[in-house]
Amino acid sequence: MYPSRFGYESPKTVEEAIAILDASGGEAKILAGGQSLVPMLKLRFAAPEMLVDINNIDGLRYINVEADGTVRIGALTRHEDLEYSDVLPTASPVLAAAAHLVADPIVRTRGTFVGSVCHADPQGDWAAAMTALGGHIVAQGPNGKRTIEVKDFVVGPFQNALAYNEIAIEAVIPAPKGKSTGSYLKLERRVGDFATASVAVSLDMVGDVVARAGSALAGVGGRTIDATDAVASLVGQKLTEENIKTAAEAVAAAAEPRSDHRGTSDYKRQIVKTFVIRILTGLAESSQKAA
Amino acid sequence: MSSLYDEVAPAPAEGVPTRRITVTVNGEPRTIDVEPRLLLAHMLRQGLKLTGTHSGCDTSNCGACTILFEGRPIKSCTMLAVQADGHSIETVEGLATSSELHPIQEGFKQEHGLQCGFCTPGMMMASKALLEKNPNPTEDEVRWALSGNLCRCTGYQNIVKSVLWAAEKMRAESN
Ligand SMILES: Cc1cc2nc3c(=O)[nH]c(=O)nc-3n(C[C@H](O)[C@H](O)[C@H](O)COP(=O)(O)OP(=O)(O)OC[C@H]3O[C@@H](n4cnc5c(N)ncnc54)[C@H](O)[C@@H]3O)c2cc1C
Ligand code: FES
Ligand code: FES
Repeated sequence: MYPSRFGYESPKTVEEAIAILDASGGEAKILAGGQSLVPMLKLRFAAPEMLVDINNIDGLRYINVEADGTVRIGALTRHEDLEYSDVLPTASPVLAAAAHLVADPIVRTRGTFVGSVCHADPQGDWAAAMTALGGHIVAQGPNGKRTIEVKDFVVGPFQNALAYNEIAIEAVIPAPKGKSTGSYLKLERRVGDFATASVAVSLDMVGDVVARAGSALAGVGGRTIDATDAVASLVGQKLTEENIKTAAEAVAAAAEPRSDHRGTSDYKRQIVKTFVIRILTGLAESSQKAA
Repeated sequence: MSSLYDEVAPAPAEGVPTRRITVTVNGEPRTIDVEPRLLLAHMLRQGLKLTGTHSGCDTSNCGACTILFEGRPIKSCTMLAVQADGHSIETVEGLATSSELHPIQEGFKQEHGLQCGFCTPGMMMASKALLEKNPNPTEDEVRWALSGNLCRCTGYQNIVKSVLWAAEKMRAESN
């Protein structure tokens, strides 16, 4: 199918892009990797009057790790940049684990990390990973920049907190309290399918003690599920078989799965629990080895 | 210069703005007027009559339309033609020279990597991108690199063998 007609602008700077968005009065949409927006245009689920293509803006494609461990990801950083990054496996093991599970290898050459968080798909992998990591988005509009916590940024299915004249220019993962550890597990029926259930668990470790814990889920609810409260009991503790089990049950209880063609709700909840146990047990084993 | 306004219209509908773009296709600059909503896959097939790039779905799932954009594989049904302005792309038509098949094409012939052939152009372009990055892939790496391309005929077995055949030939040639 053909998208319906729209105007097209390809500004060279963020300021220019914001001016176009501002002038459009809410009828324009940003085009980043296009891997969610173009399919929606083709099916006419979206019919904006104007597309503002940000791909020609220089300086937005980067993964920067600062001295304190803060990770900054620019708006045009593609999924595959995260997949092949040399720095992420240490700087953010959760992102490194998720990168090759997002979509398929060809979608990953174009789709962007930030665009995916903006898209706010309840099944999107990056919004879940960012939520577990307690990340935030830097938005820029006519009046300058502001920072929005991911949990406030993703306001509902396919809805984010940006004003019509704002661009998400960067995603930020705050510096870990200690060493950043964690992982991302996803059950998919085949490559490129959205998650039947995915689990992100992020733990900052000081020695073998948990200094910060975060968790989030994709595919098991009408929105990205923040399960950070469910793993809060781990903070200040060493990982044990017992507290791992308690946390896994609490995370599974936070899921809101629905039965569908990907599986029954009980099945999905069981997957969530199994994935949390798997991730935490793996972390417990490696922290024992390191100690 | 050819013009392509919508599907196959001789002129743009009244008041519809078009853009003049120049795209280097298989090494040759091509200038064309397009409507912003035109997909790159349609520009190639209908505008430039390069029908080797196939179009197999409406949902960006199948990978039959895979081409190389600045050397990386993309789904040409999921990029607008205007976005290719000033860029270099390669399609399956760019693989063979007038006298010789590309080793990837030869591999598909030798190892029976196709049946109906619908998925083949996409498979070959994804394979080209893989072999440029990784000239000596394992079977697993080939399967992984092609996991965004669907084939309804072969069961993939012979496709993987074809790519491994090509990899070996290309390594031998570069020695
Ligand atoms: C076959 C297929 C399989 C997929 N499988 C998965 C999967 O398994 N998991 C997964 O998480 N995703 C999956 N996706 C989606 C993919 O990850 C997209 O790349 C991603 O959701 C959107 O990122 P994008 O850069 O392509 O954004 P676009 O499609 O360009 O934009 C998406 C939305 O975000 C807005 N937007 C984008 N960037 C910005 C910005 N910087 N500031 C403000 N607004 C912005 C756009 O206006 C639009 O509304 C799949 C896509 C396809 C085609
Ligand atoms: S035609 Fe199916 S992915 Fe492009
Ligand atoms: S050979 Fe027929 S779809 Fe692959």
